[in-house]
Amino acid sequence: MTAPLLEVEDLHIRFSTRRGPVDAVRGVSLQLAPGETLGVVGESGSGKSVTAYAVTHLLDRAGSITQGRIRFRGRDITRAGRHELRELRGSAMSMIFQNPRGALNPIRTVGRQIGDVLRAHNQVSAAEARARALDLLRAVLIRDPEGNLDAYPHELSGGMCQRVMIAMAIACEPALMIADEPTTGLDVTTQKTVMDLLARITAERGMAMILITHDLGLAAQYCRRVAVMERGLVVEEGAAARLFQAPSHPYTRRLIAASPTRTSTVADLVEGDSPPPPRRMPRAPGTPPLLEVQGLSKQYARTRAVDDVSFTLEPGESLGLVGESGSGKSTISRLICRLIDPSAGEIIFDGHSIAATPARHFHKAPQRRDIQIVFQDPTDSLNPRFSAFDSIAHPLRRLDRLPSETALRARVEECAERCGLPRDLLDRFPHQLSGGQKARVGIARAIATRPRLLVLDEPTAALDVSVQAVILKLLDDLRREDGLGYLFVSHDLNVVRMMCERTIVLRQGRIVEQGPSAALFAAPQADYTRELLAAIPHFDPEAMREPA
Amino acid sequence: MSEIAAPAPRGGKWGAVGRRVGVRLLSAVPALFGVLVFTFLLMRVLPGDPAVFFAAGANAGQAEIDIVREQMGLDRPMHEQLVRYLWDITRGNLGNSMTTGQPVRTDLVERLPASLELTFSALLLALSLALPLGIVAALRPGTLVDHVVRFLCTLGVCVPTFVSGLLLIYVFYYLLAWAPDPTGRLDIFAATPPEITGFLLVDFALVRDWEGWRAAAGQLILPASTMALFVLAPLARMTRASMLAVLGSDFVRTAKSLGLSHWRIIVVYALRNALLPVLTISGIVFSTMLGANVLVEKVFSWPGVASYALDALLASDYAPVQGFVLLMATIFVMVNLLIDILYGVADPRASVA
Repeated sequence: MTAPLLEVEDLHIRFSTRRGPVDAVRGVSLQLAPGETLGVVGESGSGKSVTAYAVTHLLDRAGSITQGRIRFRGRDITRAGRHELRELRGSAMSMIFQNPRGALNPIRTVGRQIGDVLRAHNQVSAAEARARALDLLRAVLIRDPEGNLDAYPHELSGGMCQRVMIAMAIACEPALMIADEPTTGLDVTTQKTVMDLLARITAERGMAMILITHDLGLAAQYCRRVAVMERGLVVEEGAAARLFQAPSHPYTRRLIAASPTRTSTVADLVEGDSPPPPRRMPRAPGTPPLLEVQGLSKQYARTRAVDDVSFTLEPGESLGLVGESGSGKSTISRLICRLIDPSAGEIIFDGHSIAATPARHFHKAPQRRDIQIVFQDPTDSLNPRFSAFDSIAHPLRRLDRLPSETALRARVEECAERCGLPRDLLDRFPHQLSGGQKARVGIARAIATRPRLLVLDEPTAALDVSVQAVILKLLDDLRREDGLGYLFVSHDLNVVRMMCERTIVLRQGRIVEQGPSAALFAAPQADYTRELLAAIPHFDPEAMREPA
Repeated sequence: MSEIAAPAPRGGKWGAVGRRVGVRLLSAVPALFGVLVFTFLLMRVLPGDPAVFFAAGANAGQAEIDIVREQMGLDRPMHEQLVRYLWDITRGNLGNSMTTGQPVRTDLVERLPASLELTFSALLLALSLALPLGIVAALRPGTLVDHVVRFLCTLGVCVPTFVSGLLLIYVFYYLLAWAPDPTGRLDIFAATPPEITGFLLVDFALVRDWEGWRAAAGQLILPASTMALFVLAPLARMTRASMLAVLGSDFVRTAKSLGLSHWRIIVVYALRNALLPVLTISGIVFSTMLGANVLVEKVFSWPGVASYALDALLASDYAPVQGFVLLMATIFVMVNLLIDILYGVADPRASVA
């Protein structure tokens, strides 16, 4: 075996917080050979990012290495000084980050930013730096490299910004690249192109890569070796193929079980009883569907976000809307919730047109309590000054005239209980709740008025997989018990496949394909749907490819 | 989330700026009109009858007062006075000051440079102190330096300008005798420069009279320092806050991760971004100072517009007060517009939106 490029030995990292010291990393050891790819997977709070930041000395002030050693090319860099670090960073090891647009200086052109990196480590003139920046933009396959050399980050898409970031990270040919959730927040097809690019570039240049991700599929597909972290410890490490086929640690097994795959069902994700049979009565002939949308369009200044979309939703049915950013799926969900006004088209709820009532006045409409929404971000969608109880009681106070405060309390507690929220958490404020608990509050609030249609706008996108699994199970059970109609919006195709009986695929505001989920996912008709499905990273042993 | 990255219009940037300026100026007209009407009414609601004040004396008879009132047009109905006033304004006539006996416009044009010179110098002085202090405080948050800066700022904002002004006079004029006689812009016996811009420092510099320039600067330094102390706090605190925010941002982390030099990160990556909010605050501070100068102008017998307006207000002299308020409103609009244009130039994101 060749001498390792990076050795992390028994690393301990402590953060000093208001509530005392917190040990984020408690004895992590990792090794990486030159040119090797290592995936570090784990959920939030596992310490995977903190470990990476310790290697590059980017921990914020509150965090410090209390024990252990980091060696790079045999040299101890645990306590490297500012000068030594400046030499290492960028030229020997570099990082790319989540949220690529935020990671670039908003008021400096990308060409200059790449030039800054080049000139930090080489004696080159401004013109030379510019020429090399252009070469780098070509290497990362930026569209129109000459034109985009002088673009500002806000003029580029998220995927293009990440390519610029990769260009900066490889500018001085470092031996190690650390990618911290590089494609989180990007579309699945963009994720694929960015990851393929990253894999190809690191392989071509013989760079080693550490990929930090919460997505097991991504790690399986792009890394030869994978380490699983849980609460500051590496619980299991091994070759990707072996690890996913035969996980030995219970946490790894749980994590694998909770990750949606091509064939999983909601019941597979969590250990427990099988779902109750759906309480769903076929619609009596002559009665209208729960929701009918005809020729729905929404025009923003120059773009047509939703373009002539029509579909129906039966009572108790769950319908999935999938698509990438810009597909109009969130706009449709907001139109149907009547939070915004359509430019054209009809929305008929239970036989009554609701498109004519302006969004501003819809809170007074009788259908308001029948159509409720669960938002994407469980934190931002809760009022930080409202306790969980107040949040759930809010729609009841506004929309339901309950006879007394006792009745209100009873209803709130019932909703909380159905959403698996313990009663003693009801007095807590959002910042005192975990992500999963906040998601439960959001769902309890949405079902409080006993609606008939629930619009779920990426309800689990911000959650860890294990939490996502329980929340999906909860949503599935609620629907079956109450005969609720779901309009389920998501970018995650596997989640939609599990949750929805029917699926609509959207692209640039138009419907590309729709049909029963099972058939649509098994044999997609449209090319675009096939492309989307092919882009999902997966770790099914039989389907696993060699890393590119 | 911004789902669609719109292609940026790269050409015709200045044409777009021109259009925006035009739109902004047009949209300021109703606001200025409102200010005009409001001050007009306010002056008439306030107690005090200018006719009584300006009639020959305390023992003037009722007949005499009536004649003055008729001369001033105050015997007409209110709406007629207002229409006439607005008509005059459209022709650039702001009325006459009863106190100085001159057209208000002449008075304001004569006195505005004094106020502007004082305010500009004070703002420059304040910025040249506040920026380094704010940056140093942000680079070492929670340390002694940070606390010293905070203490200085609190002191500056707590002490009223007339107290700090008098204190400065006491120390630098009376005790140390470093500063010249704190009366006006120039020693009465000194030669004034030819009137070119009205800004003494600029005019002296233009005719290369450096002795005069030093004399004028000497007169300016104490009142400017007084004003600067007062606005040091908002500027320094804003610099510190926005610098801290930027230093904690993702792109500064990126710059660090790529091994850029310490100073390059602080100046090019952090400071340039941190200055954007400071720019906005500077505009507000400038407009505020111009009006809030009145105490400083009084303490230092500075012949500016604010003290002029105060004298007129005390004498129930309508025209100068109305003219002053209109001038301030116009300057406020112009300064905000200028700040917006500068912001658009400094921040590429703003010019597209």
